[in-house]
Amino acid sequence: MYVAVKGGERAIDNAHAWLAAERRGDPSVPELSVTQIREQLKLAVNRVMAEGSLYDPDLAALAIKQARGDLIEAVFLIRAYRTTLPRFGASQPISTDAMAVDRRVSATFKDLPGGQILGPTFDYTHRLLDFKLAAEGESPTAHTAPADSAPVPHVTEFLNRDGLIETAEPSDTAPPDLTREPMELPADRALRLQAITRGDEGFILSMAYSTQRGYGRTHAFVGELRIGTVSVSMDIPELGFPIEIGEIEVTECETVNQFKGSKTEPPQFTRGYGLVFGQSERKAIAMSLVDRALRWKELGEDSIGAPAQDEEFVLMHCDNIQATGFLEHIKLPHYVDFQSELELVRRLRAEAMAAQEAAE
Amino acid sequence: MTAQALSGGFSNPPHQSSHAFRAILESFARPGTLLTIRGAQPPAPLSVAAGTALLTLADGTTPVHLAGDADCQPVRDWITFHIGAPLVAPQQAMFAIGRWESLAPLSRFHIGAPDYPDRAATLIVLMDGLSNSGAHLTGPGIATKTLLSLPEIAAFQDNAARFPLGLDFLFVAGNRVAGLPRSTKVEGA
Amino acid sequence: MTALTQDPAYNFAYLDEQTKRMIRRAILKAIAVPGYQVPFASREMPMPYGWGTGGVQVTAACLTPDDVLKVIDQGADDTTNAVSIRKFFQRTAGVAATEATADATVIQTRHRIPEVPLHEGQILVYQVPIPEPLRFLEPREAETRKMHELEEYGLMHVKLYEDIARHGQIATSYAYPVKVEGRYVMDPSPIPKFDNPKLGGCPAIQIFGAGREQRIYALPPYTAVVSLDFDDHPFTASKAPHDCDLCGADESYLDEVIIDDAGGRMFVCSDTDFCAGRQTAGHRGRLSPKAAGKGM
Repeated sequence: MYVAVKGGERAIDNAHAWLAAERRGDPSVPELSVTQIREQLKLAVNRVMAEGSLYDPDLAALAIKQARGDLIEAVFLIRAYRTTLPRFGASQPISTDAMAVDRRVSATFKDLPGGQILGPTFDYTHRLLDFKLAAEGESPTAHTAPADSAPVPHVTEFLNRDGLIETAEPSDTAPPDLTREPMELPADRALRLQAITRGDEGFILSMAYSTQRGYGRTHAFVGELRIGTVSVSMDIPELGFPIEIGEIEVTECETVNQFKGSKTEPPQFTRGYGLVFGQSERKAIAMSLVDRALRWKELGEDSIGAPAQDEEFVLMHCDNIQATGFLEHIKLPHYVDFQSELELVRRLRAEAMAAQEAAE
Repeated sequence: MTAQALSGGFSNPPHQSSHAFRAILESFARPGTLLTIRGAQPPAPLSVAAGTALLTLADGTTPVHLAGDADCQPVRDWITFHIGAPLVAPQQAMFAIGRWESLAPLSRFHIGAPDYPDRAATLIVLMDGLSNSGAHLTGPGIATKTLLSLPEIAAFQDNAARFPLGLDFLFVAGNRVAGLPRSTKVEGA
Repeated sequence: MTALTQDPAYNFAYLDEQTKRMIRRAILKAIAVPGYQVPFASREMPMPYGWGTGGVQVTAACLTPDDVLKVIDQGADDTTNAVSIRKFFQRTAGVAATEATADATVIQTRHRIPEVPLHEGQILVYQVPIPEPLRFLEPREAETRKMHELEEYGLMHVKLYEDIARHGQIATSYAYPVKVEGRYVMDPSPIPKFDNPKLGGCPAIQIFGAGREQRIYALPPYTAVVSLDFDDHPFTASKAPHDCDLCGADESYLDEVIIDDAGGRMFVCSDTDFCAGRQTAGHRGRLSPKAAGKGM
């Protein structure tokens, strides 16, 4: 006898309890603390903050723990939490010139004012599994040097002095906020950058890679990549002057792109820009390549129809929270639609067979 | 800023605005239906319904135009304190509020763009009274026909003729509201 | 009916007041221009995109503490996602919930219009995955927006006509496009085309929310809604040619259920409230316990 499926509520409660037990894993293994995640899985925390659009390492670490290490799920938790936060105002633009630099490299000049600083990078590690890490109790130390608090000028400023690179005019226009306004296309550069910086790292990486392989090539050099902390200030109307409310770590990448000139612009170098929360240099470099590829129209270049040049394609598909939600929704019941398709296919088949018989 | 400016808001915004919105939604969805909204005590010449509609729909992101005697210091102060809406010229307004005569000429207000017809102003019209008499209304939201005491006919016919562009109207008197979206066709009595 | 008290940790109906005002303004413009998709700044909700975030935001903006809420998915009140959304609103808005279509003041639905005719004062909120009816013919938003502006719907007619040329009929069985008040072509969400005739002339307000795609559109009561067709191939609302095996209804949309591994099937109403109501009233179908005799 057929019994209609009931008890959805109990099934959901039981599933959640099971999930919680799975998250904890073997109880004889010590539980992971949020501070351990924040300190020892910092790059995962950075990614969750960047794509979650919320700078809070503790919350990001909590989200990673709750999400069992599924970073997209963790980003989702942060985004949903972020939506509920009241807005007190907007900060002043951060100044990366005044960054306390941990890492700074230029691929265009061998040496330059402010110097090259390798910083904490994987770059020249040999990718050999370090079995010593499997044993516990390790506490490495690093050499330190006195901090240099002098501002570090940007490479592009040196080029700009000679008129060799397009000027990027500063603007006091408030940038659009895609978390508060519906996305409108065509998008201006500020909106595009906002969408890309919170876009999925894998998607942005692949888009950038495709430009390097010829799908909208931008001839990019890393003019400068810098990672470090910057202070965040906010105007407090009651006080009449800005006060520093904290500091954040960011990664900034400026590419210098070869440009032969176009109908509207003289031959000069052009710019791609990436700025991401935390130490996220893969994302920052990829972002600057995608940014540059999307600028073809304003620079008077021709589009070859490459995916990375297609603003609507990139902006509408870079958000992993939108993407994963819609992708995974196809596991929800579709009985009704499927039933209507079943009937249609049966009817079409019956008619096709009848026609075939009539013909024979 | 006077004490009057600081009073007269919602005492329970989530609940009061939810009831007010439902009534406004029904009034737009069923042109010619008179509904009651309350909760606000704004300064004259705004009525209870006018103030309640503004508290429910307007905020710091919605430029408001005050027309005629609605453009007075007590109303400006009240809106600034409770709503925070920028007060602007008709051309920039998302909402406008005033008596029918002072809202004219209507051509000053945004009727939306052909690709974004939603970007049109909503006019909140201060009325002395509202009744189901006068103009005949037909169109979406109306099963056969309804009557509504509109201040005139031709302006609403011109407005409807521009559909999908056009202005949307919310008539308020005392604590009563009636909606007239651009989709409604208006005939004289 | 079951009511819970609102969780004080959240604002009424979860969303903050500013967000609700933004959604409410979009809903009013959607009512003013029936069938036109109003962009709105959809928020990230605590459930995934594609799982009803648009419908949930519309419902949150419409609910009052006095409402009686019904949530259905595939016509059923007890599917897991319907249960989840209903619980969300019971917790964050403290509203009463019901399974009875006639008792509900707000109904959030995915993929169905209830069988029991709706009445004035009700709001039917649809969850919409892809609001743009032209999207699968033209992927670009900039282009489809222009097509709506210019009422250039030829592409849609060509698509439907190609169906007829190839299959002898229009091969669209759900999300069947409609024209609203002779102006905008609209996607009714993935309801079966069986439900299309209920869209027009409906006494309730119908609001469609697409969260991921950031669009809200609406049908005021008694709006003229026409399913696209051709004079020589008129639209037909179709369903499985069976009666419900539990309540015997011959007029309701049916789910097909596989009951054994020998190809045995039964057909049951997709609208669980409708089916239960008929069974309570004594109606029986082919496989009902009573009709089957002794056994149970």
